[in-house]
Amino acid sequence: MTELPASTQKKLGLVIDLDTCVGCHACVISCKGWNTENYGAPLSDVDAYGADPAGTFLNRVHSYEITPAEGPAQLVHFPKSCLHCEDAPCVTVCPTGASYKRQEDGIVLVNETACIGCGLCAWACPYGARELDALEGVMKKCTLCVDRIYNENLPEVDRQPACVRTCPAGARHFGDLGDPDSDVSKLVAERGGMDLMPEQGTKPVNKYLPPRPKQDRAEEFDILAPFLEPVAEDPKGFLGWLDKALERL
Amino acid sequence: MHPAPSVIIFTSFSGLGFGLLLFLGLGFPPVTGWVAFVFYAIAYALAVGGLLASTFHLGNPQRALKAFTQWKTSWLSREAWLSVAALLVMAVYAFCAVFLDTRLTVIGWIGAALSLLTVYSTSMIYGQLRTVPRWNQPLTPVHLLTLSIAGGALLAGQMTAAAALLALAAAVQVAHWQVGDSALKESGTNLATATGLGTPGNIRAFEPPHTGTNYLLKEFVHVVGRKHSRKLRMIALTLGYGLPVVLLIIPGAGHVLGLLAVISHVAGLVTSRWLFFAEAEHVVGLYYGKRSA
Repeated sequence: MTELPASTQKKLGLVIDLDTCVGCHACVISCKGWNTENYGAPLSDVDAYGADPAGTFLNRVHSYEITPAEGPAQLVHFPKSCLHCEDAPCVTVCPTGASYKRQEDGIVLVNETACIGCGLCAWACPYGARELDALEGVMKKCTLCVDRIYNENLPEVDRQPACVRTCPAGARHFGDLGDPDSDVSKLVAERGGMDLMPEQGTKPVNKYLPPRPKQDRAEEFDILAPFLEPVAEDPKGFLGWLDKALERL
Repeated sequence: MHPAPSVIIFTSFSGLGFGLLLFLGLGFPPVTGWVAFVFYAIAYALAVGGLLASTFHLGNPQRALKAFTQWKTSWLSREAWLSVAALLVMAVYAFCAVFLDTRLTVIGWIGAALSLLTVYSTSMIYGQLRTVPRWNQPLTPVHLLTLSIAGGALLAGQMTAAAALLALAAAVQVAHWQVGDSALKESGTNLATATGLGTPGNIRAFEPPHTGTNYLLKEFVHVVGRKHSRKLRMIALTLGYGLPVVLLIIPGAGHVLGLLAVISHVAGLVTSRWLFFAEAEHVVGLYYGKRSA
């Protein structure tokens, strides 16, 4: 049913550290790999080796440039996938009941056998977290690797979403954000984790940790600077003579 | 938003069809027999044809019946119920009018109310979306309803009513454009709130996630040139509202001028509906640096 549960026992989700992410896209690839071979319809590509390749992805990494009034400019890599919102607008608009939020852990899923591919849930999502698969005609979205996290056939260390397991920088964390004592909740409290588009009223479960300010590190970057001093503006001695001679030519 | 032909045809023609059913249900004109048959044939062709067109944009139309299950939360599901109810009730009314030469007044009223509710539910599919600030305004249902009612009056041959309703619909259309033009800015959603980074003006989309295009860009990030949009608005206003009103108020306007008014109105309606989609800015475009706000 597309009625949202009044509350969920757990709020499983991701915490993404924008300070640590290096923008390598490994999470994008591992997500595509796992979700093409496992749960639901594969994530198709169209014209994959041609001139105009396109495909379905559940996780995409944007990059943004920030130029603060003071201090150096920053480049922030920004991975984006489903935020498993508490007030998920994508669920309530679904006419068939294919879109649902699980009462037990808060994961938002699509029952692909009931999806008619009308696309309205993707219209309702402000984050662009849902993509209609071009070949299957059904809506695809992050499942939080529901087929990994409870999978007892996998070694315990692998019972995490593929993106979290693969991240070489440790920029992605998975856990219960409904439990204030969980590691992820502590991390969010400590680093000032934030919601994306809070004004849309979706109450996202996934949180983003803002990049740490870089201003106070400006000195650090200058260790080699003395060796790279620019050429003197008004040369004296031989260089001064050369400068004047060249000027006269 | 991507102005998909299937959705433009669906909303334009089903709106006209249900608008005509509204007037027929209320007994304007009070037709029976073969004349009624022609009227109902036109109304059903438009309403059903529009609804069928809407299934063309589905990824898996064979499961369309499941869309009747979620009427508690989904406007799309409510629209499915209301449209079928309106068509069935009006079918009973039409059958009696055409073949039994009797008009069941109360059934007609119920059918008219259901026709109006169908158009309202269609409008709310768009009006409910906070992700598209231009649509997320009270004038969206008013706009689609006034257009449908005015178009219905025109098709039903209610010349005086149609002229007045078209003028009203034109005023609502202009107001919808005006409110819509600043809606994204006033929604408070911008790249800074979308990313939680920086402040508006000091953050810029540096690199998209992929070198190629994707579903999101194709579906949500249609950008229509401002110059064209202004021209198209004038075309929509002139053909959709202005010219039909002029043709209708010519004294002794017969079927020929009436037909011309209908053709002009449909051309303007489709232009207006194309703009309705093409100009709508989905907030996901912010992530791709495709929105100026």
